[in-house]
Amino acid sequence: MALPPPDPQFVLRGTSAAVHTLHFSCGGPEPDIPLLFSGSENGFIHVWNLKTHRVDTALDGHGRKSVYCVQTMGGKDRLLSQGRDQRICLWDLAEGRTSVTDSVFTEHVGFCRCSLLKVAQGRWLMAMAARSLEEVQILELPSKTSVCTLKPEVGAKLGMPMCLKLWQLNCGSQPVLLAGYEDGSVVLWNVSMGKALSQLICHQEPVMSLDFDSEKAKGISGSSEKVLSIWSLNEQQNLQVYKTHELVNAGISDITIRPDKKILATAGWDHRIRIFGWKKLKPLAVLDYHTATVHCVSFSDHSNPRERLLAAGSKDQRISVWSIYAQT
Amino acid sequence: VCFIPGGLDCSISFVSHVLGKVCVHGRQKEILGVLVPCLTDVTKSDCIWQRICWRLVECVPDRWMEAVVLGFVQRAPGADVLSRLLGNLVVKNKKAQFVVTQKMLLLQYGHTTAVLQNLLGYLSLESLRHTLLLRVLQELLETWSSSSAVKHSPVEQQLYISKAILICLSHLKEPEIESYRQELLTSMMEGVKCHLDSSLPQLRRLGMVVAESISLKINTEGPVLKFEYEEDNETRELKSLLVQTPPFCVVPSLPDDDRSEEAGAALPLVPESNEKPHTAAAVTPDEESDAELDSDDDLVPYDMSEDKELKIKAPVYIRDCIEVLAGSRSEDVDKWEATVKALESLVRKNPAATREVSVELAKILLHLEEKTCIEGFVELRQRAQVAVLTTDPIPVAKYLTSQFYSLNYSLRQRMDILDVLVLAAQELSCPKFRGKTKHSGAQKPCIQLLPGSDSSKDWRRVVDERIKSKTRRFDMGQSRVELASCPNEFNSVAGHFFFPLIQHFDRPLTTFDLLGEDHLVLGRLVHTLAVLMYLAVNTVAVTAMGKALLEFVWALRFHTDSYVRQGLLSCISSLLLSVPTERILADMTEELLETQSWLGDVMEKDPDGDCRRLALQNLLLMENLKKKLEAVPS
Repeated sequence: MALPPPDPQFVLRGTSAAVHTLHFSCGGPEPDIPLLFSGSENGFIHVWNLKTHRVDTALDGHGRKSVYCVQTMGGKDRLLSQGRDQRICLWDLAEGRTSVTDSVFTEHVGFCRCSLLKVAQGRWLMAMAARSLEEVQILELPSKTSVCTLKPEVGAKLGMPMCLKLWQLNCGSQPVLLAGYEDGSVVLWNVSMGKALSQLICHQEPVMSLDFDSEKAKGISGSSEKVLSIWSLNEQQNLQVYKTHELVNAGISDITIRPDKKILATAGWDHRIRIFGWKKLKPLAVLDYHTATVHCVSFSDHSNPRERLLAAGSKDQRISVWSIYAQT
Repeated sequence: VCFIPGGLDCSISFVSHVLGKVCVHGRQKEILGVLVPCLTDVTKSDCIWQRICWRLVECVPDRWMEAVVLGFVQRAPGADVLSRLLGNLVVKNKKAQFVVTQKMLLLQYGHTTAVLQNLLGYLSLESLRHTLLLRVLQELLETWSSSSAVKHSPVEQQLYISKAILICLSHLKEPEIESYRQELLTSMMEGVKCHLDSSLPQLRRLGMVVAESISLKINTEGPVLKFEYEEDNETRELKSLLVQTPPFCVVPSLPDDDRSEEAGAALPLVPESNEKPHTAAAVTPDEESDAELDSDDDLVPYDMSEDKELKIKAPVYIRDCIEVLAGSRSEDVDKWEATVKALESLVRKNPAATREVSVELAKILLHLEEKTCIEGFVELRQRAQVAVLTTDPIPVAKYLTSQFYSLNYSLRQRMDILDVLVLAAQELSCPKFRGKTKHSGAQKPCIQLLPGSDSSKDWRRVVDERIKSKTRRFDMGQSRVELASCPNEFNSVAGHFFFPLIQHFDRPLTTFDLLGEDHLVLGRLVHTLAVLMYLAVNTVAVTAMGKALLEFVWALRFHTDSYVRQGLLSCISSLLLSVPTERILADMTEELLETQSWLGDVMEKDPDGDCRRLALQNLLLMENLKKKLEAVPS
């Protein structure tokens, strides 16, 4: 007899706007407070204190335009946020400060979240959609120098890049980018050489979100249709479809794999969060709490596995936080 | 009749005279039935025989030439044979030319397509005659594009002319098309305009097919004109005329060119197939090596039985529906869709609640536009409107009929009003049977739910069925009493549906002039009135309606649009069927007599075949009425 799905451990209210992006920062040693960063449609970034379940700080740096991506850069003191005001802002949050130290004007009017990769101490690569329709630009942070621009070949008709993921096999190896495009294909780019290594049509509709497990060389992508597509990368750096999984309702906004690579979570347009086992994509749970589209899901980076959490932000302005499969 | 070829110089004029006289006396079939096959055979390869044949027909006196030529054209098995038999007769003989190029094409229209093919093929086969073909085409196009011809000539004639045009087009050569292109284009534009203006769907389709064909001919590269219409046997036949099957004798390879040109134009641009470097090769997941099997097993799934398809709930109260539909919040399209789908059943289940807000709901529905792409949106809206109208007939009918004559509605909306009124009237006037629903031999008029120009056919069919079953109808009246009877709901509201519609038809508004340009709507209005009249049988108001309708018909009886005239005749039929006989004779005798003479006129002289048929049926009905009266002992 299967147990009914669990209820959220707690629910964060107070954003007064749809929540588009979430990021945990709980890895710091005690007495650091575990934090959750959320970006909302009203342009605010809220810093939630996960002990008191209240907002510690609200950051306003995007001119009241929707914030659709927040990430930390090596700890909770440095934050990167991306908004619909076509800017990427770098924040300094140490010692109670709330100032924007730098910003990048992307001229990108879409919704493609940028992707960060730490390549060396204090040096990051950031992939972002550029001004030109089909291009992805790689910048080095904090110097903001352009590393390369990834242009699909003429006539490829990929459409806008919808989601990006920069990764490298291990420190020191070549960084590679996985990009999902509007026409439903996922392209593997070699960043240093600036050319595409492999392309795979995963969906008939735009790829909404993707995530990749570099250890198993397997990735998953979700789209506006009913199918989740799992693909793998073989030795020749070629993408192949591994498996597809059909969902009950169409539309996935976000997919994320837990850092221990055991489970993954999807945020659905049907207001539900689904949990799958990563190994064989076994459906594990359907979390039905929200009353509108779930925009984002994020796993926490707690060092103690038992404290791990899953957070989901939705259009109904709530952030639900769950503790699920934390014991394994 | 056999000829012995000799080396003799013989005069065949005697034979020509005989031939001519026989043909003109109407014996073409007999003599040509023997002569033509005989001549076909002998002229196949023998030039002398060909010349003899030509001499034969040339010598026929003028006064008999027409009969002979007509007979030959009708009887020849193909254009090439005709060419062998007649030679250049049309060029040499004025009478023959007149018959072939004018009389058979423009003045007569009873010949079959095969005859047309023969005739026009014959004209095209030789260069001397080819100029005649061009002239013929010019004249045909003139007729086709003249608006008075489209309005006043019978449909059969127009079909004939269209066929002739298409066959001519198929025989045209490239250089001729080049030189003639501008005129073709002009005629096409004018002709298409007149045809699309017509109220009869068949004429519209004819115009579209011919225009498409002309456009195909003159624009071999680049976009061609393409209309949207339903294909049926007639259109397919017409289109097949454009492509000539090449006869086996020497003929310019024009037909082949035609076909390859068309094929070339029709080849779709091969879309740039997104040649991906590596297409998706689905690698079936082999069973993972055992080492990996275990770790997933300790993740126990939760109960997922609640995970079903997401359904948007439609509102449950009528007032909520009104809010959703009329509201300006355009975000919640899912809810809007669900509301539209659920509205009809909600209205029917909550008549009391509907009655409170009926006029408002009717207003919203009349102006409701499609916000998202729902299947069958038009039908859903119409059914909801009918439901509202039947639930609260009088105020909603008042509203709808007043809106029919108001400013600033589109023609589509006005015709929707008419459709809704008819459907609701039908629903109200049909008794709702409880238990057995068997009608003994009764033919329920099945007006289809979908609006469209074909409703007119249904209504006509309705009236026709009625006329056919009219004797049975009186039987049905009695058997109706045996079944469970219930009050005729249409009785109390028939007048409210009918009289407002008939009131203002002669008052033009700035955007709506029934007697002027909007004759399509007038036609629909007249048909609507006919149906309402028919459905008003057994109501109290039927006599008053009959009188008003008769006056209305009388005022419009000479309308130029044949669709309107058909409607008027249907009105008369409905009237004769619905108004009780005694009342007809008591109140409407003089008008009926006048109507009778008008009907006689229509039956003889109206160019439209359907009008004539309807007039005849009306006269029969009147005859039957009279007979019945005489049968009743006074």
